[in-house]
Amino acid sequence: MLRLDGIRKSFGATQALKGVSLELSRGEVLALIGENGAGKSTLMRILSGACLPDGGAMELDGRPFEPGSPEDARSGGVAMIYQELNLALHLTVQENILLGAESARFGWIDRSASRARAREALAQLGHGAMDLGRQAGACSVAEQQVVEIARALLGRPKVLIMDEPTSSLTQADAERLFSVILRLRSQGVSVIYISHFLEECTRVADRFTVLKDGETVGSGGMREARPGHLLALMTGREVKDLFPKTEHRPGRAVLEVRDASSAPRLRRASLSLRGGEIFGLAGLIGAGRTDLLRTIFGLDRLDAGEVCVVGSPACRSTPRERWRQGVGFMSEDRKEEGLMLNLSLADNLTLAKMPSFGRFGSVSSARQAAAAARWIQVLGIKCRGASQPVGELSGGTQQKIALARLLEHPARIFLLDEPTRGIDVGTKVEIYRLIGELAGSGKAVLVVSSYLPELLGLCDTIGVMSRGELAAVRPRSEWTEAGILRVATGAAISR
Amino acid sequence: MSVAIPPRLRRLMVRVGPFLGLIAVIVLFALPGETRGYFLTFHNFKIIFIQTVIVAIGALGMTLIIISGGIDISVGSTVALASVVGALLIQRGWSTPAVVLATIAAGGLVGLANGAAIAGLRMTPFIITLGTLGVARGAAKWLGDNQTVNYDSSPINGWMTTANPFAYTLPAGVWVALGLAVLTAWMLRCTVLGRHIFALGSNEATARLCGIPTVRLKVLVYVLGGCFTGLAGLFQLARLRQGDPTVAVGLELDIIAAVIIGGASLSGGVGGVLGSMIGALIMSVLRNGSQQMGWPTYFQEIIIGLVIIAAVFIDRLRQGRKA
Repeated sequence: MLRLDGIRKSFGATQALKGVSLELSRGEVLALIGENGAGKSTLMRILSGACLPDGGAMELDGRPFEPGSPEDARSGGVAMIYQELNLALHLTVQENILLGAESARFGWIDRSASRARAREALAQLGHGAMDLGRQAGACSVAEQQVVEIARALLGRPKVLIMDEPTSSLTQADAERLFSVILRLRSQGVSVIYISHFLEECTRVADRFTVLKDGETVGSGGMREARPGHLLALMTGREVKDLFPKTEHRPGRAVLEVRDASSAPRLRRASLSLRGGEIFGLAGLIGAGRTDLLRTIFGLDRLDAGEVCVVGSPACRSTPRERWRQGVGFMSEDRKEEGLMLNLSLADNLTLAKMPSFGRFGSVSSARQAAAAARWIQVLGIKCRGASQPVGELSGGTQQKIALARLLEHPARIFLLDEPTRGIDVGTKVEIYRLIGELAGSGKAVLVVSSYLPELLGLCDTIGVMSRGELAAVRPRSEWTEAGILRVATGAAISR
Repeated sequence: MSVAIPPRLRRLMVRVGPFLGLIAVIVLFALPGETRGYFLTFHNFKIIFIQTVIVAIGALGMTLIIISGGIDISVGSTVALASVVGALLIQRGWSTPAVVLATIAAGGLVGLANGAAIAGLRMTPFIITLGTLGVARGAAKWLGDNQTVNYDSSPINGWMTTANPFAYTLPAGVWVALGLAVLTAWMLRCTVLGRHIFALGSNEATARLCGIPTVRLKVLVYVLGGCFTGLAGLFQLARLRQGDPTVAVGLELDIIAAVIIGGASLSGGVGGVLGSMIGALIMSVLRNGSQQMGWPTYFQEIIIGLVIIAAVFIDRLRQGRKA
């Protein structure tokens, strides 16, 4: 039904797409796989009308398809759900679904017709019971995504493109999304599903297409594909071990958290983190994992309890003091919190210890640049140089810079919130190796992740949070994915 | 607008854009017959420089505030307040250094109030400074008993003098503005304080995460800005030779325009002293040139309004369209 042949696109000197071909039949789910920078986003931007290709042919239902704008694409039958949700958070669910396509007569909103259409779109997704009058901002991320999909369905699309739809969902919400996708498929809607998570693609997709460096390097039936084969196609090399094993042995405790509570979520969490230990925190989104890290670091108020870095007397501290005690925090949100996008790599790397780059309050930009150059080399950061603004770099590269800030400090205790979210497999492996090496050199790492194989592959100890409480802490060997999920969903709480 | 401007070209535009603007307006006024003989003389530029001092010093403070992600629209009123305070103190026979310090402190206090309210109570800078705009203007009128405050004489009067127009010397005000500009540029580029101000404006959450005391820093930025405004008030006093509570209405718009023309972004994290100073010069050249062309004041106002809109539009072009 949809055919792309030899699509090419350049931005200035960089050739983003060198010849991409792809086929999609009616009622089929196609997984589009590739590392960051492989050209997936550019391809989808072309399909959804956000930019024009330099060459190649696109066909929809046997007719040439050349959308000049997103409106064009939508009326042609191609709708896109972006990774970042685009809702007007102050408007209601119904208003959001009908935004730009209101049922109206001479400018007067026809209430009953609006209600019926919004209801119908939600019912198509199996969410017919959703409260239409609720403010979108008051809905969970998963619900907001449903609203966004419902809005796309209003135009009766033939092809629905979803870009990393599960990146901010919990496992349970992701399951619900998969059933929505399967439902759409049975109604004859074709879906292009972009994801970094291979097992997800195996779950929902019928076929796959792998992009690498702007070219199609392989495609086929999802059922016959082995993950190792897909990884090899994506990276161009065999990925033998996703979680490189490094020798490390937990030593003495370096951080003690006792009954830490912080309104509104975190309730009486206790843990002890040892040097040379990788401690994983699992749990659903909203279970209080991020809150625990932020409270430890002093970004959120510690309402009750104690957080003590061994060797320093203070049991509640500001972020400034935590850095001095050797604690570093990496935010889960690179864009909003982790990095200053319009400032240089060097500034971003050294912000937490600026005064040490000069005397009497001055800062030597040469010394800053030298520090940055060292990490660029050590971590293999792909950039033009220490003065390049980080906003111009890819997600994986940005993540390395955020991590390098902690290394540069240098921190002894690493608090890492979703360190591999939204980055490509190659960089993920590098970050896993780095975390392993940190533990190997006696550093303590506390890592939050929603990706269970990652926690099980990486950590020595895993704690599962549920409804603001740290419900269970056990060595990795005593955990399975199912076991973690049971505790996380509150099905079994044991201490 | 799907035209993607390559980053390198965009950065070049940011750097040389204000220069080109300045050259353009100078050429514009140097060519017509009415002004050709006079416009490009040292004497005229001396006047332009003197006319720029107040906006330039105000723009230094505003540059800090805008880079930090804030805005201060109370500047005009604060200038008036500082000038009235200065005049009253001269009347009372205070020594010149004491008057200078007190005027700067008056501006600094208004800045402290702004900063404390914005950082401490987490309120929007625009609203808070809109409030102080009224408060400071009222206080100036109250102190001055609703009229201008006159005094016999003071050495301060000489700092902005245009007497002796054909001497090849510049009055103190110009040198002070120039010196402070160099100092501020150095501070922004090469000190921890300066880099932290950029960080604060670029992403406040990151700054907090990296252990920068954001509340204290924000208050400090507004206090520094207020001190610059107080000093601008002192030169306002020197220029009029009296304290006038009704002076400098709308001055903040000229100052903000100068900073934006100079390449700063209203969303924070971007900006520079050199750009702001050129922006201030562009504003003065426009005023000076329009006067010499014999254009009526309403026409000048329209032109300057359009220039501000153009500057903001160029700012948008520079930033590109972010998806």
